Amino acid sequence: MPLIESKLPIETCIARRYVAAGDYFLGTIKQGQTFRIVDLEGNQAADVLFYNAENPTERYSAMDTIRTQGNLYLSAGTQLISNANRTLLEIVADTCGRHDTLGGACATESNTVRYSLEKRCMHACRDSWMLAIAEHPEFGISKRDITHNINFFMNVPVTHDGGLTFADGISAPGKYVELKANMDIVMLISNCPQLNNPCNGYNPTPIEVLVWN
Amino acid sequence: MSKIFYSTTIPGNGHWSLEVKRGTFITLTDLEGGANIGMLFYNPRNLLERYNAPDTLKCQHTFKLQRGNCLYSDMGRIFASIIDDVCVNGKSNWHDTVCGSSNVQQINAQFGARNYQKDRNDWLQNGTDAFLVELAKYGLGPADMAANINWFSKVIADDAGNIHLDTTNHAAGNSVTLRFEMDTLVILHTCPHPLIQAKQYPFKPVKIDIGVADAITDDDYCKNFRPENQRGFLNNALYYLAAN
Repeated sequence: MPLIESKLPIETCIARRYVAAGDYFLGTIKQGQTFRIVDLEGNQAADVLFYNAENPTERYSAMDTIRTQGNLYLSAGTQLISNANRTLLEIVADTCGRHDTLGGACATESNTVRYSLEKRCMHACRDSWMLAIAEHPEFGISKRDITHNINFFMNVPVTHDGGLTFADGISAPGKYVELKANMDIVMLISNCPQLNNPCNGYNPTPIEVLVWN
Repeated sequence: MSKIFYSTTIPGNGHWSLEVKRGTFITLTDLEGGANIGMLFYNPRNLLERYNAPDTLKCQHTFKLQRGNCLYSDMGRIFASIIDDVCVNGKSNWHDTVCGSSNVQQINAQFGARNYQKDRNDWLQNGTDAFLVELAKYGLGPADMAANINWFSKVIADDAGNIHLDTTNHAAGNSVTLRFEMDTLVILHTCPHPLIQAKQYPFKPVKIDIGVADAITDDDYCKNFRPENQRGFLNNALYYLAAN
């Protein structure tokens, strides 16, 4: 898990967006642009999906990425592979160390299984994504396209015995991950509102997205 | 003991799909040792509801699938429970659900091009195309292809997260039995696992037995494997409340 700092100064960024806990971000990043997602207060989970902007049926594939790099975790140097076996993005800087792509996003439905049927009305990532695609049909993304995401800043170690552990986060205030777009992409983020497990330290907090040419 | 209604053998480069009713069991048997079965599930009444690997792994706090685990949809319901699992060399079976399926580029590079003219039904099929062929019959396509199960494939991670396919469990006679807890569209292929290290395409046939499962009792192993599964079964009970 190499820690690589960015060389990009904040003053030269062309766009900057603050995303509160429980909200979504949906926007286009052009080929060649670099963007940074910042864990402002530490131990937040940013659930992220990526699509080919010209054809959202082509999207980030957790399985193809894991298989191509032969490793379960994402860090600096990782190429994010699409379901058409092409590189969508590359992680070019990372001060957190390691990110998850097995844990998926929380949902009201899976919350009933994980915690209690009576918690079905607590806000969850997949509800944020449903709102995003309902409010923005111009991106051409439907429920069929909402699939296995990256959880930036989340640490979900797999044991040698095939167990899955929910460890304390390794992120901290100001930690960030930076990616460069290999083609025009659409990014859909849910800033996770989960209150029932330690992925947010039981305290969902804001993140920030910055973009550079 | 549940009675088998139908048995068939799928060759090691094949694919099939079938809709099964709640209460059906399917037993998969690795006839020669070294088979891989890629599998996906969909709700036939609403094809948007599909097998979700992260929900399945997360709620049962596991990376591997084994007897006792339930296979969840993205709507908090259980498609099937793993009620039996036979590993003839004494160790327990361990099944993968994160590596996806082999694709045409990989099979070409590793074993050669798919060529029906030359190879007829021994052609070198890949898992992704096998899935796409079956999915298209239901109006589904690449967007509907989520992470699949790979039965009989044990993927191990080291501390740094590096993964490899461990073949030490492979043995003729290994089997796994699924009991379906809701009506399910099952899509399957028997193409090689994407992490397979082999010089030649491994043609490994699979026996499939289908029948009606025994009724579920209160002390059912899978329902009680974890408290999360009890809640999953309750979600299914709500879904079928007052159904015939």
